[in-house]
Amino acid sequence: MPLIEAQGLSVRRGDNTILTGVNFTIAPGEIVTILGPNGSGKSTLIRALIGLERPSAGAVRHRAGLRIGYVPQRLHLDAALPMTVRRFLSLPHRVSDAAAAAVLARTGVADLGGRQVVALSGGQLQRVLLARALLAEPQVLILDEPTQGLDQPGEAAFYQLLEEVRAETGTAVIMVSHDLHVVMRASDRVVCLNGHVCCEGTPEIVSEAPEYRALFGLGTGGTLALYRHTHGPDHVHDGCAHDHDHAHAHAHGPEAADA
Amino acid sequence: MPDTFLIHAALAGIGLMIAAGPLGAFVVWRRMAYMGDATAHAALLGVALALLSDLPVALGTALVALVMAALVTLLSSRDRSGDTILGVLAHSALAVGLVAVSFAPEVRSDLSSFLFGDILTVTVADLLWIWGGSAVVFALLVWRWNPLLTATVNEELAQAAGLDPRRERLVLTVALALVVAVAIKIVGALLISAMLIVPAAAARSFARTPEAMAAMAVLIGCVAVLAGLWGSLTFDTPAGPSIVVAAAAIFAASLGFRQRAR
Repeated sequence: MPLIEAQGLSVRRGDNTILTGVNFTIAPGEIVTILGPNGSGKSTLIRALIGLERPSAGAVRHRAGLRIGYVPQRLHLDAALPMTVRRFLSLPHRVSDAAAAAVLARTGVADLGGRQVVALSGGQLQRVLLARALLAEPQVLILDEPTQGLDQPGEAAFYQLLEEVRAETGTAVIMVSHDLHVVMRASDRVVCLNGHVCCEGTPEIVSEAPEYRALFGLGTGGTLALYRHTHGPDHVHDGCAHDHDHAHAHAHGPEAADA
Repeated sequence: MPDTFLIHAALAGIGLMIAAGPLGAFVVWRRMAYMGDATAHAALLGVALALLSDLPVALGTALVALVMAALVTLLSSRDRSGDTILGVLAHSALAVGLVAVSFAPEVRSDLSSFLFGDILTVTVADLLWIWGGSAVVFALLVWRWNPLLTATVNEELAQAAGLDPRRERLVLTVALALVVAVAIKIVGALLISAMLIVPAAAARSFARTPEAMAAMAVLIGCVAVLAGLWGSLTFDTPAGPSIVVAAAAIFAASLGFRQRAR
């Protein structure tokens, strides 16, 4: 059985239908990116997969005893709440100093343990949030727009880190993005969402665009997305067309590099 | 050796702060100030109802405070920006309490002691109730500390870790109702939320972790109790408000400390 499986998942909020008939699975060790424009239901899908959102139809199933490491989109601490990075790592379960130091070193923020969480930069905070999630030794890491607010080198470094963590621990990763760079870099599979699953598939290396290599400095790592369309006969098409064009326009040419 | 009434008063204030310090920290972190007000004001209604129905005052206060705290929790969790409705509730509760009190002659004659507290007439029985209630709240907060803190930092993070933020809100609701019932004798319905918020706010300047802030809030609250009692005796001022004035003075001084620490 996959780690998480959603079948025919629909979510409504009031009169609004946010997700319709979404099928989704993730296997151990897989990195899947959920891609879509603003308001396409990406975060809602993530929340439903974790169990924070009640489906109006369909179901989400977790493998028994599944350990999820969750990295929220934002962490806004009230300034009235003093919190060092070290203390934050002990939420919700206390961890040893050795474990805290090891995980901070792993995520490249070894010297931040004594800092206040509110004083961290965006990139530092993302790494601290990732460190906290890793302490649960998750079988699947779930990240909601993890690189929002990072510059491109910072973004690239963060995805590099995610791939390393996956290689070391074997954790699966589900990420949300509205940014095509993510798709190009670090995913085994991409799910394109716009209220329903528009298309999904494996990104294949179609080109070694020099712009990407310059941007990310990864040699052969610069890959472009290629979607294998999986429209079935029962597929709902409304609202998808625009999104497809958008994705193709960016994904098929090296000129998309600076988009 | 100070007089017995003074020792009782000091013990009552310190007993309250053991619960009000850490709970006040959560009130500040979660921006529950209005909720504290609404619950405390409802306590006055509890007093009136208890006296009219021959129930023990502490029980009536605790029950009505619990109902109000639950109501406010329900409303504020449904709509995070329910600031107005909380304000309406807080002030309505006070007005309804004052009206209800007019039907209870015993309270009517002694209204100010329920509004501003009567710490100088605390009896041994009162002390047992205060320390017992505070101990329960303290134990509750210690028991749920990490889940409470996680839900305060980020509710989704807590849910993803298998916690139920609604349960943690319930814990705070019960704790708040109990503290209100304990505190009404000491500082009165109008100043209870001051004893929750002011020491915790003052403690913020001296703390780098949540635990340190809660502990500092207890300490600052105790200092305020002693300083307030001293001031009350020295200047012949009402004890409850004098304690809050002392706490406010410490808060003002703490701001200077924070400025210099930066």
